[in-house]
Amino acid sequence: MSSRSTAPSPGARLRRGLAAAPFLAPGGLLLIAFVFIPIALVTVYAFFQRGRFGGVVFDFTLDNFVRLADPLYLGVIAQSIGVGLMVTAIALLLGFPTAWVITRLPAKWRTIALIAVLLPFWTNFLIRTYAWILLFNNAGWINKTLGVFGIEPLDLLYSLPAVVVGLVYMYLPLMILPIYSSLDRMDPLLGEAATNLGSSPFRVFRTITLPLAIPGILTGCVFVLVPAMGNFVIPELIGGGKTVLIGNLVRDQFLKARDWPFGAALTLVLTVLLLILLAVQSRVSARVTEGPGRRG
Amino acid sequence: MQRSRTIFTAAALSTAAALALTSCASGGGGGDAIDPEADITEQSLTVGIWADYYPEDIAERFEEETGVPVTIVNHATNEEAVAKVTAGGDSGIDVLFVSGQYAQALNEQGLLEPLEKSLIPNESNLYAEASELAYDEGNQFSLPYAWGTTGLCYRSDLTGYEPTSWMDLLEPTPEVSGKTTMLSTERWLALPALKALGYSVNSTDEAELEEVKEQLLETKSTLLAYDDTTFYDKLITGEASLVEAWDGWCNYAIAESPETKFVVPEEGSDLWVDSMTVLKTSQNKEAAMAFLNFVLEPEQGAWVAENILYKVPNEAAMDSLDPALFEQFPNMAMTPEELAEQETIIDLGEYSTEYTRLVTEVTAG
Repeated sequence: MSSRSTAPSPGARLRRGLAAAPFLAPGGLLLIAFVFIPIALVTVYAFFQRGRFGGVVFDFTLDNFVRLADPLYLGVIAQSIGVGLMVTAIALLLGFPTAWVITRLPAKWRTIALIAVLLPFWTNFLIRTYAWILLFNNAGWINKTLGVFGIEPLDLLYSLPAVVVGLVYMYLPLMILPIYSSLDRMDPLLGEAATNLGSSPFRVFRTITLPLAIPGILTGCVFVLVPAMGNFVIPELIGGGKTVLIGNLVRDQFLKARDWPFGAALTLVLTVLLLILLAVQSRVSARVTEGPGRRG
Repeated sequence: MQRSRTIFTAAALSTAAALALTSCASGGGGGDAIDPEADITEQSLTVGIWADYYPEDIAERFEEETGVPVTIVNHATNEEAVAKVTAGGDSGIDVLFVSGQYAQALNEQGLLEPLEKSLIPNESNLYAEASELAYDEGNQFSLPYAWGTTGLCYRSDLTGYEPTSWMDLLEPTPEVSGKTTMLSTERWLALPALKALGYSVNSTDEAELEEVKEQLLETKSTLLAYDDTTFYDKLITGEASLVEAWDGWCNYAIAESPETKFVVPEEGSDLWVDSMTVLKTSQNKEAAMAFLNFVLEPEQGAWVAENILYKVPNEAAMDSLDPALFEQFPNMAMTPEELAEQETIIDLGEYSTEYTRLVTEVTAG
């Protein structure tokens, strides 16, 4: 490192801070308005009592957190984490090979492939969900096609597996893109060098490709796991309302039960899970990219 | 250290801002008292109503008749409507459409203006039964806009028999099992089991709700889905053959597949009412009363019956309908006496959380 990184004098630091202020202000205000205030509101609400029509009555209480420990809600939280992990694992199994194949395509096809991955994202989420219903229901295309061959209609919709399939479909691009970007940045010479030195393709994959892709894999996992746990539309439409995830619980507290404080407490659970995941992710990726040998 | 102090400051600032935001949620005063002589052409109205639940040109028609300009704001659910007017201060809404039990709850909070009947002569168009609604006897603070009941909507060609009881839904025959849906909104999810067991739709008895829960958990394994919004589609495609449905929505299935029928089970059901109210915060109360009066004209009620396929409590409107409508949609011909035999859903106040819990226990169970 050069001498420029030595600490500047306090006066210089202040001057530099003031000069940076106009550039930092818009982003800072955005963060305060859209991140800190909402999270602060959620946190504050979770400690008060429900108003009869929603909203809160400002009497301090810990009841909302006591209620979280009820086996009913713990069960829903556990089920959400279970479904989220399953969705993430499947998305990883599908997403990694897809991303890898895309990096191997000629440049022109790579762009087309990436657009194909992104394209569904530009279509309204509800329309895509209804498309699954039209595809899978008893009078849908798949069962109609089966019917031509004399096969009885299959019950494909309104079950937990259907919810998992719907969530994987919805969030798969969020797994593919970060993995693609980390694989794409990888220097192809590394693999060639290893091959020239006698490594098998599997060894190249295990010792070079996979470790370098880990930051992308971790980002993809967080991107998929978090929204999958919080989604409430897919359990309702594709799951037929028979599976309750934490997202449904939160939605119901605000829109049906008029119990904002409990909804806020449930939201905090999701937020805390997210923070833990992000901390783990950044810790692991830092270790991988810096590498233990290069540190210190 | 520097960084953590910055974070702390930001957190403190945003908490303070959050508290400031919420503390202005209380307060807000009432509007002026009613002056029957007031010149309403000086006033303007904001009407909160469900989307797609009124003649598209209702604002123009009212302005033409009275000279009062109207702005319409839509809401999707009762909860959303209630949130708008209880969020604090003056919502700017003069006339609010909500279901009866929500009008009752709003009134208990002192948010509704008692209706000035001298400004609403068209109330005489209503059936006698429409002024004996349990949530507002004598229509003190609300007037009914549309009403109906909940029952079984089924495809007779798929069920192979004519269901008559809530038990046909709760313990379906093997042929129908897996092809039934129930409403997912709490009070209506509990209704079939409450009625089948002989209890009130407004039950606040813990032991009764426990029995209801046992029954609903047993029923769950036989259900295709809990569905509030697309159950009639499922009947049309044949995915479902028997569903719990609001009468008006069953008509949407009847319109597409004529083998569809509607029946009110023998154990009885509910009487639901969508009503009109005037908010205490309104600065245009005389114009608001005139608007309620306008909606009670037979033409407006007839529009709702013909286009939404809901029954209206407006006798003059119902009498003006083409008899062919009753032939195609037999439940439109239910008489007010038949409807009044059903039990009106009322707001349960604090006890309503027990229903939320019940529904969570059933759907997550």
